[in-house]
Amino acid sequence: MLNDKDRIYQNLYGLQDWKLAAAKSRGDWDGITELLARGRDAIIEEVKTSGMRGRGGAGFPTGMKWSFMPKQSDGRPSYLVVNADESEPGTCKDRDIIRNEPHKLIEGCLIAGFAMGANTGYIYIRGEYYNEAVRLNAAIAEAYEAGLLGKNAAGSGFDFDLYVHRGAGAYICGEESALLESLEGKKGMPRMKPPFPAAMGVYGCPTTVNNVETIAGVPTILRRGAPWFAALGRPKNSGTKIFCISGHVNNPCNVEEELGIPLKDLIEKHAGGVRGGWDNLQAVIPGGASMPILNKEMCDTILMDFDSLKDVRSGLGSGAVIVMDKSADVIKAIWRLSKFFKHESCGQCTPCREGTGWMMRMMARIVDGQAQLSDIDLLETVTRQVEGHTICAFGDAAAWPIQGLLRAFRPLVEQRVIEAQQRNALAQAAE
Amino acid sequence: MTMQAEPTSFEFDTESEGLVLAAIACYPAGKQASAVMPMLDIAQRQVARHTGSAWVPRVAMDVIAKRLGMAPIRVYEVATFYLMYNTKPVGKYHLQVCTTTPCWLRGSDEVVSACKKHAGISEFGETSEDGLFTMTEVECLGGCVNAPILQINDDYFEDMDGARTQAMLENLKAGGALPPAGSTAGRSGSAPAAGLTALLPISEPVE
Repeated sequence: MLNDKDRIYQNLYGLQDWKLAAAKSRGDWDGITELLARGRDAIIEEVKTSGMRGRGGAGFPTGMKWSFMPKQSDGRPSYLVVNADESEPGTCKDRDIIRNEPHKLIEGCLIAGFAMGANTGYIYIRGEYYNEAVRLNAAIAEAYEAGLLGKNAAGSGFDFDLYVHRGAGAYICGEESALLESLEGKKGMPRMKPPFPAAMGVYGCPTTVNNVETIAGVPTILRRGAPWFAALGRPKNSGTKIFCISGHVNNPCNVEEELGIPLKDLIEKHAGGVRGGWDNLQAVIPGGASMPILNKEMCDTILMDFDSLKDVRSGLGSGAVIVMDKSADVIKAIWRLSKFFKHESCGQCTPCREGTGWMMRMMARIVDGQAQLSDIDLLETVTRQVEGHTICAFGDAAAWPIQGLLRAFRPLVEQRVIEAQQRNALAQAAE
Repeated sequence: MTMQAEPTSFEFDTESEGLVLAAIACYPAGKQASAVMPMLDIAQRQVARHTGSAWVPRVAMDVIAKRLGMAPIRVYEVATFYLMYNTKPVGKYHLQVCTTTPCWLRGSDEVVSACKKHAGISEFGETSEDGLFTMTEVECLGGCVNAPILQINDDYFEDMDGARTQAMLENLKAGGALPPAGSTAGRSGSAPAAGLTALLPISEPVE
């Protein structure tokens, strides 16, 4: 189990004050001027060596992403954009960072902006996080007041302005190019790539979009050194991660743990175990709504990191662990996610706009007992027609939960269909 | 509820005007269209201050379009794309119930039933006779370890159940104010309810 002294977020639960003075006493902003004086290249190199991979879902190496930004400006400014649109069902970690450790995020923004030569940063926060946005703005105001942001930020000779942009209730804006469209004042509809944001992002300028947890982790990595971070976790899956454990556990909670922790340990040590004990476990969605569901056998041994979960054709995603005990209707649980994706499709690409409706309705037929056995393969075919056929990864995200259900729980789905057919036949005969 | 008629004019009041200027100043010169989202929000909050119902009438969208040099249709597009801009009046208390899987697993059906029964609403999207409540089904609110969640106006009420939903709505009907946001089960944020398993208080000096 991760030692408390190796936890980046010492105020994850908000038991202490969030304000600048208290944040400083926890080590935030300590020696920031000297830290920046190491220079752009040294900072990017350190982040690369730490092995930090993006904490938003895709797990792309952070240092490498930063190095895609132009070293010399061609006249266009560069931008840092922080994705705080936390909307992946099951995920509520960035919320804790924003409300309880806002200065880690703000300091991380300054460091990241400095490292990539971006004088302006925007934090795009989901609109529903109103109280969190108010607090973040207050923390930013404190940082300006203390000379840590603005002209000659923290005495570094580097100017850095940071703004909060509130979303307004659209899951798709968590997709980075949709987020940039939204930031420009448009509907949040994803862009074709290339060009990638590092070449042409917000306002047509070089832009890097990073998740809150990625950025907020950077100051601690630089202070404690890349080897410290890299020694935690497993090779190519280094460091700590905030896990959000929800659903049928005794004590749902957020907790920062080492990547690669066994799922069973995570649930038993921090969330009070599965309701009714580990043997009462039926299924876990390990990384937020889009990540394929695991059955009990998979859960018994799985390690919680990017590559271990990829090996079982699921994913770490955002680190949101949704637990279902034997009382749960897993088919209905996945249907509800299909309904989510149907609701949130931006409607730009036909396979996604139409396909999410088809998938939701076919899932509903299984839940309602109106499906034929052949519908199961048909449903699988529909998911394949959506997956990979859209501008952004939303189509994949909508297809994967169903594909995962059919991989891990096919006998259960078939049994549900057959039992419903038998019931319907009996009811018909009785008429 | 008697529907408020679409007003014939809209003007940002003094309080809003300050916020509008601050919003526009966040974006580079010439990129003021970025301020369309904050301005729709400012307009909606102003209408709530003046009428008790948080919504954005079309005349307000037209004022925003003119102010930002945008075609009105671009503002309408934004106003209708995002769920949080209400293009019709809503009740004084906007009950936004999350029913996505993590909340559903923890009993959001009970919260929905209690809202229907005690707010006097039969379906999502409806407003109660007295104009006090509108109930909307919302997708994941991002507070999943504190599920189920009922968002009322700007505040999240967490770790809800049927009984606590009932008590909260009855209090509002009796003219009471909204309680402080957060867990209704007495938890501190996202910490486990049964006691900390991490970030334990330091009882003796380390090292």
